[in-house]
Amino acid sequence: MAMRIVIAKPGLDGHDRGAKVVARALRDAGHEVIYTGLRRTPEQIVRTVLDEDADLLGLSSLSGAHAFLFPKICELLREAGADEVVVFGGGIIPVDDRDQLYGSGMRAIFGPGTTMAEMGDFCTAVEARRAAGEPSGVGQGGDWKWSGE
Amino acid sequence: MEKPLDAARAGDRRALSKLLSAVENGVESRESLGIPYNSGEGKVIGITGAPGVGKSCLVDQLLRVYSSAGLRIAVLAVDPSSPLTGGALLGDRVRMQSADDDPNVFVRSLATRNQPGGLPVRLGLMAEVLVTSGFDLVLVETVGSGQSEVRIVSVADRVLLVEGPASGDSVQAEKAGVLDLADAIVVNKSDLDGAERVAADLRSALEITGNPPPVVLASARNGDGIEELADLLLKLPIRSDSSMARWRERLLTAWDAALLSHPDLDDVLAALESGMFDADQWVKEKLEGSN
Repeated sequence: MAMRIVIAKPGLDGHDRGAKVVARALRDAGHEVIYTGLRRTPEQIVRTVLDEDADLLGLSSLSGAHAFLFPKICELLREAGADEVVVFGGGIIPVDDRDQLYGSGMRAIFGPGTTMAEMGDFCTAVEARRAAGEPSGVGQGGDWKWSGE
Repeated sequence: MEKPLDAARAGDRRALSKLLSAVENGVESRESLGIPYNSGEGKVIGITGAPGVGKSCLVDQLLRVYSSAGLRIAVLAVDPSSPLTGGALLGDRVRMQSADDDPNVFVRSLATRNQPGGLPVRLGLMAEVLVTSGFDLVLVETVGSGQSEVRIVSVADRVLLVEGPASGDSVQAEKAGVLDLADAIVVNKSDLDGAERVAADLRSALEITGNPPPVVLASARNGDGIEELADLLLKLPIRSDSSMARWRERLLTAWDAALLSHPDLDDVLAALESGMFDADQWVKEKLEGSN
């Protein structure tokens, strides 16, 4: 079953090749992907997720601002009551930064070298968890995160 | 609990968004929501044209004009689904900056989900939900379409056809199809060479029809002609000579929706594939059986 996925580029970061490749990979995995374009604020991204009624939000950052922007977006989603939205990220995210991002509600971080198949597998795992009523959303708590299962 | 339609009417964007999904996925119907037929109130405008002529950029400009005039506007922007995987890349928002900020604007991207005619079958009801929720205007942007894709008239009260400066020679302007059903035509990219000539070709070709739609020039890039276009769209009369064609497209849409949501559809497809019977034969039997 197709899910609706927003792929967003927060902040002042002009590198969109990765986001476009991921959007394409998820499209080819049968999902409906909404691409926001470059340089969006956290508020704009959250509004897109809400108005588009997205199931997942993928954030791409290669500028180093992920540690501020990603948690901010997660927080705004919870404030808006969008607890069920599943947030994942990718780009240049140092390993040392990842625990903080998981702690903010993100469920997966994909770095360089991630295969398109793995992105699809992640979505399939999310779908299965949602169907089983297991927490996966940004405001649903639990400690599940993608580890390539 | 408050009904979703009431919450949407009261300005709850999230309730509206969830409601649109429920309609799109067939969870809610016209009957379950209690929306009467033809609730569009003449507020639904279709925007169609070939890929790359600038439909999304024009919509963005129109949104600015309407919003600053105090109107609330919704956009349903359709992009194609892959016939192979069912997936879709919905990229119209990228060109609609006001989609993400302006409180008067609501934009929803839709995939065709491979429905015949290039329009999702429940698009019409989604537009009516938006009108019922209090939007003054609903713009429906179609997929980049060719000459014969006229299904948009089944959901839109008026249709704007967008052309570009490189739309071919004067013979193209004489051809039948979507040109016959357009209530207005805009030649976008008027800042580029050739736009004037395309507009002139269209005007001279349509003149012969006796009741020609207006042909205007605009540039989504520099804003030329946008105010005039926005004004024109609000004042366009609904053309009576295309009424029969509209009802034909509405009937086809309803027919497709009934067929594609039929519980036996998968069985029928499997039977057709295995050669048990022929498609024409099956349709004939169904039609005769329902008499």
